Amino acid sequence: MSLIELKGVSKTFPPTRKGGEPVHAVRDVDLSIESGEIVGIVGYSGAGKSTLVRLVNALEPTTSGSLLVDGTDLTTLRERQLQKVRLDIGMIFQQFNLLGSRTVWGNVAYPLEVAKVPKAEQQQRISDLLHFVGLADKAHAWPEELSGGQKQRVGIARALATSPKILLADEATSALDPETTVDVLRLLKKVNAELGITIVVITHEMEVVKSIADRVVVMEEGRVVEHGDVFDIFSRPAHPATQRFVATLVDDVPDAAALEALRRRHPGRLVTLSFLDESVSQSAVFAELIRRGIEFELVFGGIEDVRGRTFGHLTVELRGDASAVDEAIAAVGALVETREVA
Amino acid sequence: MDRVWELRSEFAEGLWATLWLAGAGLVIGGLLGLIIGTGLYVSRQRGIVPSRPVSVVLNVLVNFMRPIPFILLAIALQPISRYFGISGIGNGHALVAIVFASAFGISRIVEQNLVAVDPGVLEAARAMGASRWRVIWSVLLPEALGPLILGFTYALVAIVDMTAIVGVVGADSLGKVALTYGLKQFDWTVTAVAILLVILIVQIGQFAGNAAARKVMRR
Repeated sequence: MSLIELKGVSKTFPPTRKGGEPVHAVRDVDLSIESGEIVGIVGYSGAGKSTLVRLVNALEPTTSGSLLVDGTDLTTLRERQLQKVRLDIGMIFQQFNLLGSRTVWGNVAYPLEVAKVPKAEQQQRISDLLHFVGLADKAHAWPEELSGGQKQRVGIARALATSPKILLADEATSALDPETTVDVLRLLKKVNAELGITIVVITHEMEVVKSIADRVVVMEEGRVVEHGDVFDIFSRPAHPATQRFVATLVDDVPDAAALEALRRRHPGRLVTLSFLDESVSQSAVFAELIRRGIEFELVFGGIEDVRGRTFGHLTVELRGDASAVDEAIAAVGALVETREVA
Repeated sequence: MDRVWELRSEFAEGLWATLWLAGAGLVIGGLLGLIIGTGLYVSRQRGIVPSRPVSVVLNVLVNFMRPIPFILLAIALQPISRYFGISGIGNGHALVAIVFASAFGISRIVEQNLVAVDPGVLEAARAMGASRWRVIWSVLLPEALGPLILGFTYALVAIVDMTAIVGVVGADSLGKVALTYGLKQFDWTVTAVAILLVILIVQIGQFAGNAAARKVMRR
């Protein structure tokens, strides 16, 4: 059974003013998240991803559908029971949301106080957590004395305090610089690998998805428009929204402007070869071209590594006898996906 | 100045009454104001405990009470004091009037300061499993503590002002000393000394409030 299971989940907010339209933030979403995986939910702002994740810890009540977390349907629970469920679901935020009235130590202590953990046990737990996130020396610092990355580390320690099964990360790295983002993502990976915690990452940055997610869910206008394994999503994005997201990171195929520039310098036929499956080696393709006496030149492209698996798009210019080039394109097409460009 | 010396025991009594009326008024009125102000804040639309009826009732009540000039309120409340067995003249009734007026005044100050608390922090507390009630006392109020202290300090000045006005309903405050021995006996010096003492009280209160707020806010 899945750890988190959404069936036909919708969330509608009442109109913000009288006579206004209700806002359908999440529409009929089906989604299963397995224990131990890292799932990235991507979408533009307003796509409903933040609302979706707030349904999972019941910060917002679900309008319709069923939402099971660890086998319990949250839509049937009362507030008091939901408070217990939330102890099992940690959450971190874009703006960190640390309590300014408490030190680092006090922030991590907060959920333990809520969970009524005995004082002595709290001390040990807080100390362990601060070591785990690498902030043992900042225990008595105030939040405003910390850098963004340190604040998020405190947020993570705090979210882990009650040993949750699930960690929800709402744009957790969006307010951080690239270097700090890498650090925080590394920490999240460690949380997943060492503690076995299931992580749901909401983001609009494909970098984040690429570096830590096992699976990707793409949302648009409240709906899940595409989901799948992270490699498949990056190598073969199907939905236009997904394609736009992937293009922010993978720009191996020349766009119209790049093509025009290429065209000026390369009079031969331009063909994009897409190596989406690791079973086909580039050398086999190039050997085929050489064997046929086709002159070729690599003019555009790149090889992407997604979690240890590679794919790539290479645009080559082919020169030679017209019919020989035709035959070569057909022969290569049997090995890899080919697409003649302009 | 000889006259002031003659009146030293009246001044001492006035000073003492002003201090305890202002102190008790701030504590009791402040506590009630904190409760009403928190109610105003949490019952708002999208608040911690949204409730349209509670919100409307509190707002109408506060808006009804606040515009009444204090000197009229102090007189108008006399029957209420008497109902509770407190004389309509004297320090007891003065305190009732001060608590009443300051509670509603302070409630708006409290509401304003709570609105400024980052909603994300409240959401984080809820996400950690805190009940709504716990969010209010363990996050909302501590997060707003510094500004609240400054707000209460501001209210203290208004309350000291009230202690002078309650001289008209017989409170033994510095206001009464100024009215009785200054205004009615055309003795400007007595009035001036009473004013100086009030200024001194306000200065000390403001200083203490600023220091406390600085300590809480760490800046």
